[in-house]
Amino acid sequence: MAIKRLFIANRGEIAVRIIRAAKGLGIHTIQAHSEADADMLAVKLADEAVCVGAAPAKESYLNIDALMAAIAQTGADAVHPGYGFLSESPAFVRAVEAAGVTFVGPSAATIERMGDKVEARKAAEAAGVPVVPGSKGRVDSVDDAAAVAAEVGYPVMIKAAAGGGGRGIRVADTEEELRKLAPQAQQEAAAAFGDGGLYLERAVRSPRHIEVQILGDGTDAVHCFERECSLQRRRQKVWEEAGADCLDDETRATLCASAVALAKATNYRGAGTLEYLYDSATNEFFFIEMNTRIQVEHPVSEMITGVDLVQEMIRVCGGEALSVRQDEIVRNGHSIEVRINAEDPAMQFMPWPGKLEAMTVPEGDGIRFDHFLYEGYQIPPFYDSLLGKVIVHAPTRNEAIEKMKTALQGIELKGLKTTIPLHLALADDPDVRAGNFHTQWLEPWLDAGNLPTGGAS
Amino acid sequence: MADIQSPLPGTFYHKPSPEEPAFKSAGDAVAVGDVIGLVEVMKTFIEVKSEIAGSFSGYSVDDASPVTAGQVLATLD
Repeated sequence: MAIKRLFIANRGEIAVRIIRAAKGLGIHTIQAHSEADADMLAVKLADEAVCVGAAPAKESYLNIDALMAAIAQTGADAVHPGYGFLSESPAFVRAVEAAGVTFVGPSAATIERMGDKVEARKAAEAAGVPVVPGSKGRVDSVDDAAAVAAEVGYPVMIKAAAGGGGRGIRVADTEEELRKLAPQAQQEAAAAFGDGGLYLERAVRSPRHIEVQILGDGTDAVHCFERECSLQRRRQKVWEEAGADCLDDETRATLCASAVALAKATNYRGAGTLEYLYDSATNEFFFIEMNTRIQVEHPVSEMITGVDLVQEMIRVCGGEALSVRQDEIVRNGHSIEVRINAEDPAMQFMPWPGKLEAMTVPEGDGIRFDHFLYEGYQIPPFYDSLLGKVIVHAPTRNEAIEKMKTALQGIELKGLKTTIPLHLALADDPDVRAGNFHTQWLEPWLDAGNLPTGGAS
Repeated sequence: MADIQSPLPGTFYHKPSPEEPAFKSAGDAVAVGDVIGLVEVMKTFIEVKSEIAGSFSGYSVDDASPVTAGQVLATLD
């Protein structure tokens, strides 16, 4: 049944994005907010708003009972969860479904399955999607380790079968090294976890993070090509692109087809993303996980394909078939997004929840600024630091970088400290210009002092 | 009597983690640089350090409560 009254169970820039998409479809919007968010932009833009609890997220945006009460009270017939918060919570989806309300996303069962790393890996393998080759189960002897390594290929990563984190991880390039390192790993695993069992998998050195945007209506699925998101700090993406210029056409086609295969195999409904590690040395990609929500960086895919991902997910979850066929989704040019965070890059990215005194936004052809700011807005300190995203679109990657520089130079957010200086420095970096980076690139670059620090604003 | 103020707006915590005791109790000696609590700001935890020495008399706000920049978090005798 078509959605008429959409409840937005999120905040910040994504809530604004969802309201705009819903209004474009003629849908009545109901914005949830915490006590600390009563004056946020999404509340002002929505047709109506409802307070769901106190400032801490666990009492409001993560409070399933409070959200369900607000959904019932406002007569919403659908819920958009945005990203983060409860967007990938099977418990929330079950509560929404039990209330006879439409969840704008996949089923609770799909979220549960893809949220479990082991199950997701099995589903990927069953759909023919390449995963990082590894041992089938635990490995107990050095000879077994050597046999497995010969199969998965060097370099191999040796991990403790028990426990997690980075403890006891070693990388061997040859069998000789493996025979030296495996006993050490066994001892360390035994000492740390009381279990000397090992797990082996192929080590991908200096991997790129490449992901594929998919859309499904429960029966059919399509892709909107890939994104390159290797520039990360503390596992948070800071700069994202579509497409990934490091891929040749054949690899791109295989990669995107593999994502569609998994989406179809799971009867996926809504927008989703399959994340991969890409080894540019061997031109291989390996599935790592699937995100069953709209992502922060979705606009770059919209810019190169012209597909409105948020509107499309609302339509398919309202029961419509996909509005576009795969052969109608064409790549056009290059897009880059940077995340504008309320952090001071000159002070180790210290959060800076200031008050926005005056704002100049960048404008121009191929420039988009998704944000939740207005003059006089006091940034609340209770949530993450994302203020907005600058997105540019141009015929080529080089032109997109130039346009990004122009856009960033055209922004003024008086009263705030933001990550704009980081993005300007990245836009001028020769490695970034050459597309020569990977997931382990940005942090050493920062450590090497590539940003002016102390006192700079 | 001296005040320790919050350096930033956020959520103030008395304890390093929910399972641990508070950083300070009434009567504890406080040295310059001692951590008396944490302020969570935008998902980042910042240590609140005392800039003065004295004897801890108590927290001025509840554990896990919202605070503004400059708000008094604790007092020393």
